[in-house]
Amino acid sequence: MRLALANSVKQFAAVLAAAAALSPLPALAWEPAKNVEFIVPAGTGGGADQMARVIQGIIQKNNLMTQSMVVINKSGGAGAEGFLDMKGSAGNPHKIIISLSNIFTTPLATGVPFKWDDLTPVSMLALDEFVLWVNAKAPYSDVKGYLEALKTAAPGGEFKMGGTGSKQEDQIITAAIEQKTGAKFIYVPYKGGGDVAAQLVGGHVTSSVNNPIEAVSQWRAGELKPLCVFDDKRLAYKTSVTADKSWGDIPTCKEGGLDIEYLMLRGIFMAPKVTKEQVDYYVDLFKRVRATKDWADFMEKGAFNTSALTGEEYKAWLGKAADTHRTLMEKAGFIAK
Amino acid sequence: MEALTSLIGGFSVLADPMNIVYMFVGIALGVLIGVLPGLGGANGVAILLPLTFSMSPVSAIIMLSSIYWGALFGGAITSILFNIPGEPWSVATTFDGHPMAQKGKAGEALTGAFTGSFIGAFFAVLLITFLAPVIAKFALQFGPAEFFAVYLLTFCSFVGMGRESPFKVLAAMTLGFALAAVGIDTVTGQLRMTFGSVELLRGFDFLVAVIGLFGVGEILLTMEEGLAFKGKSAKINPKVVFQTWARLPAYWAGMLRSAIVGCWMGITPGGATPASFMSYGLAKKFSKNGKNFGKGELEGVVMPEVAAHAAGTSALLPMLTLGIPGSPTAAVLLGGLLIWGLQPGPLLFVEQKDFVWGLIASIYLGNIAGLIVVLTTVPLFAAILRIPFSVIAPIILVICAVGAYTVHNAGLDIAVMLVFGVVGYVFKKLDYPLAPLVLALVLGDMAESSFRQAMLVSQGHLSIFWSNPLVGSIVTLALVMLFWPAISAIKARMTKGTRHAAAE
Repeated sequence: MRLALANSVKQFAAVLAAAAALSPLPALAWEPAKNVEFIVPAGTGGGADQMARVIQGIIQKNNLMTQSMVVINKSGGAGAEGFLDMKGSAGNPHKIIISLSNIFTTPLATGVPFKWDDLTPVSMLALDEFVLWVNAKAPYSDVKGYLEALKTAAPGGEFKMGGTGSKQEDQIITAAIEQKTGAKFIYVPYKGGGDVAAQLVGGHVTSSVNNPIEAVSQWRAGELKPLCVFDDKRLAYKTSVTADKSWGDIPTCKEGGLDIEYLMLRGIFMAPKVTKEQVDYYVDLFKRVRATKDWADFMEKGAFNTSALTGEEYKAWLGKAADTHRTLMEKAGFIAK
Repeated sequence: MEALTSLIGGFSVLADPMNIVYMFVGIALGVLIGVLPGLGGANGVAILLPLTFSMSPVSAIIMLSSIYWGALFGGAITSILFNIPGEPWSVATTFDGHPMAQKGKAGEALTGAFTGSFIGAFFAVLLITFLAPVIAKFALQFGPAEFFAVYLLTFCSFVGMGRESPFKVLAAMTLGFALAAVGIDTVTGQLRMTFGSVELLRGFDFLVAVIGLFGVGEILLTMEEGLAFKGKSAKINPKVVFQTWARLPAYWAGMLRSAIVGCWMGITPGGATPASFMSYGLAKKFSKNGKNFGKGELEGVVMPEVAAHAAGTSALLPMLTLGIPGSPTAAVLLGGLLIWGLQPGPLLFVEQKDFVWGLIASIYLGNIAGLIVVLTTVPLFAAILRIPFSVIAPIILVICAVGAYTVHNAGLDIAVMLVFGVVGYVFKKLDYPLAPLVLALVLGDMAESSFRQAMLVSQGHLSIFWSNPLVGSIVTLALVMLFWPAISAIKARMTKGTRHAAAE
């Protein structure tokens, strides 16, 4: 360990020297001396994985880093494998992790010894929206109709909510709807968002809370319709998605009388005990990633909420989000004993 | 006819020489990825995905899908030569492929596997070309009950026929289910059988187990038997390709059946791995040479390969038209599509004609190119068996270890692989079958979660498995398969009885 440290100090010094000698730009205080592992605490092909690979592509295309970034999936135990790996890599600046809501939900649901503040927050990249979807053939076209149908339905038989995973964001929103309305859903967990959207089209479930990007193609094809978005204001994207509607035309759930807000974090964390210079390096890196056009395109395609935070504000946001998750999960009885 | 015009348009997209270059590069890389166990198609495509962001979407998908074809072809090579399945769907290929290689018929086995792959893919791509819109809708009928029915059919068509004692089959399968249950339970979100260990969180990966059970186990057995490959005497004869081809037309009925099974599994989307197992099981049951399966029967190599490649190819259809990936590799390609700005879904065929038909045309050309590439290497690969065992065994072990590590970038998986190697050796010595264990390990958690989803939906009523004609007929078919030995015995007795009656 000491040897490795000495080595990396040596390499680091060499890189500094090289940077000072070669570039007329002001040398950064810290730069990676070897490949950076970019951990995804989810499987290949999912939302977090896609985002990580887009970032990797943007960095490569625009030469934002001298070293390479390598995406590694550590999805075991609903992401716990990735988080515990980061927790155990204290002081290692060559490892970052992209997080989704499972940074809060997984430890609570499984009892794995990990908490979000074990890691060093770097920056929030964006927030992922959730939309309430139903089959296009459903007799209601707004939240009010949906809620009425939900209330008159036989208790625990008719309304099936399809979602990704168990005791994760989709089921938490479902539980929140139950808590607000007193209704009861049968929650059916599937492996991925794409599966859920297809199951909804096939009529195997009644509704879903898919992210925009997971269901947009079925919306455009007229197979699904969005009822409302779980945000405090309408989405900012005004370009038409279907013949006559844009993301911005979807009302918020609050407007329809379903006062629930839920956004999923897409943020970057580092291992514990890294230095301020190292955090600053990544904060700056992701600032530059977010400034590219590729990123803007990606945001629009997925109808993301482009809020971004760093530093203390980010930490405060995380603390609040963690409390919200704990309350929601406690009420729903999702906490591991 | 509209499909034909579009297809010709697709071929004109391919006419760009750079695209042809990307295709050959992709296939060569894919074969390499397929040969290296652990570095599966999904990993390979994921690693190379960022490289393609600067290409045009058409070139990028041609290169990545060619990697996928190459991996499908390449998976068979190590299965046959060393009993190490490079990909999950080539496990069934080892059952007869490796015994053939031991008998000195590696050339025939490789030719049969490659040609079978090609036939399967060709069948599937014809289906995609002409029936895409009709078939795409079919996948939507599949809810949890239907998925479970398909997995049940796979299990039932694979068991209930073995030469092995049914108790040994059951024991092996139960062990497989137990191993598959380790890790997170997707239905409740709870951890199971991890005993507080971080390493067990990810469960037992099928690939790691298979590399150990088959690859390492085989090396242990060979060491015991005297440090030599049994297939050493293989004659390398370039004519082997044509001689094998001459034998293939006799299997047309079986190949058609496997192709249909494969396409169906790819579209539904059950995937290439169950398709290959199911097709092997069906072939064993219905072939005239069924009793020779497992001892080195060419038919036993061709059938799973036809099905695996048909499934691998047709898995692209639900991906393109519905956005549901039919395989892990398709899931990564799907991510790629989104990044290139293409939205998979019902409208892709309408809005991105160039892209879709360019891709379909590249499936035709990619598979022809792939077949040529791999067939020319048959003598080369068969010649590997002539290298002394003492030289090649350590190399295989290292490749196995690298493969096991690559699956999850976890050092412990190498130890797990070695343990599975010993298990594989003990199973062989005690004459326990490995196939049911592997099958349960790969399909166990999927079968379990679809069963429990179905139970959630129906609130615990088993009647959901007969709730509509589709699921009802699959489940009934599965039960018939399971009790086939009993049914055929009764049938035999009855015909015997009528003959007696007629004689009297």
